[in-house]
Amino acid sequence: MTVPPIFDRTLLARRRGRALREARPGADFLMARVVEDLADRLATVSRHFPVAVALGDPTGRTAAMLRASGKVGHVVEALPPADPAPAGRGDLIADEALLPFRDAALDLVVAPLSLHWLDDLPGALVQIRRALRPDGLLLAALPGGDTLSELRRSLIAAEAETAGGASPRVAPFVDIRDLGGLLQRAGFALPVTDVDRMTVRYDDMFALMIDLRAMGATSILAERSRKPAGRGLFLRAAALYAERHADPDGRIRATFEIVSASGWAPHESQQKPARRGSATVRLADALGTVERSGGETADGGE
Amino acid sequence: MTEKRPVEDRQKGRIDPKLLELLVCPLTKTTLEYDAERQELISRAARLAYPIRDGIPIMLPDEARTLD
Repeated sequence: MTVPPIFDRTLLARRRGRALREARPGADFLMARVVEDLADRLATVSRHFPVAVALGDPTGRTAAMLRASGKVGHVVEALPPADPAPAGRGDLIADEALLPFRDAALDLVVAPLSLHWLDDLPGALVQIRRALRPDGLLLAALPGGDTLSELRRSLIAAEAETAGGASPRVAPFVDIRDLGGLLQRAGFALPVTDVDRMTVRYDDMFALMIDLRAMGATSILAERSRKPAGRGLFLRAAALYAERHADPDGRIRATFEIVSASGWAPHESQQKPARRGSATVRLADALGTVERSGGETADGGE
Repeated sequence: MTEKRPVEDRQKGRIDPKLLELLVCPLTKTTLEYDAERQELISRAARLAYPIRDGIPIMLPDEARTLD
């Protein structure tokens, strides 16, 4: 079955190229925070990783963090495609959707804010799991479902008013409940997900959009409207944004939800649930209570 | 312990052998042949040659040369 693509990856490469070219100090605050958080997570893992891949971080922060962690032998920096490509940086260029790594070759893959622009996230997770050695670790961070919800709602409301309909302008993001299931389906053991919500305040919607542009994070939806959006639409959306999502001082709020996920390539040393029927002690004894047959309730039923 | 490849190596376009060991064709996941002369990684299975630019393999099928 072929599914029409959700994302325009050629456009993503151009957006990333522009972001690298126009890099502004501070605009990569989201990546900085995510990498700091990943460093904390890595610090709690008590093992050494001979070969680690920093996957899809165009800022180079992840590779630097891994080198400084003292937990990694050899760091491979796999940069995402960018057009124009940054010269002389990274160890290789790879598409997160088509990983070029040998089976069971890696001990650690760290993917910060790089897996959400994929049409086939489950497929990418399977490729990562296969590239990991048994007991290898994936640490990932993705924007969660509430990310940019104010922007999404303001644009939809403004477009409904001005054009009598809305086209998608903010990408769909992954739901934390789904991500744990996806990790499991991709064959990861001991999957853990959690979410970190942050609110960033801006002068207005345009200031937010300038930051998104500098992150290379403006829309790459394949189904995006090809008609140039009129200035009127954005002015109206900015007004609605300010009306509905501003603090008393007039600055607007933008929500960023970061979902962190980790999973291990299965290995026999990992904890597993006991086999059904393998118990040697009755649950009732362990709880110090009396076992009753099904249908009975503790107070004898009504 | 982290080693950084010497800059001269990159300028000569020499590829890190440790990196080469990790890489396969992204489409077919099969072993690649290193053509030092042309600075390419060749996937016989996909009939593609992935370019190496300034010592950096570009593992993108869109950028690869089709083999006849």
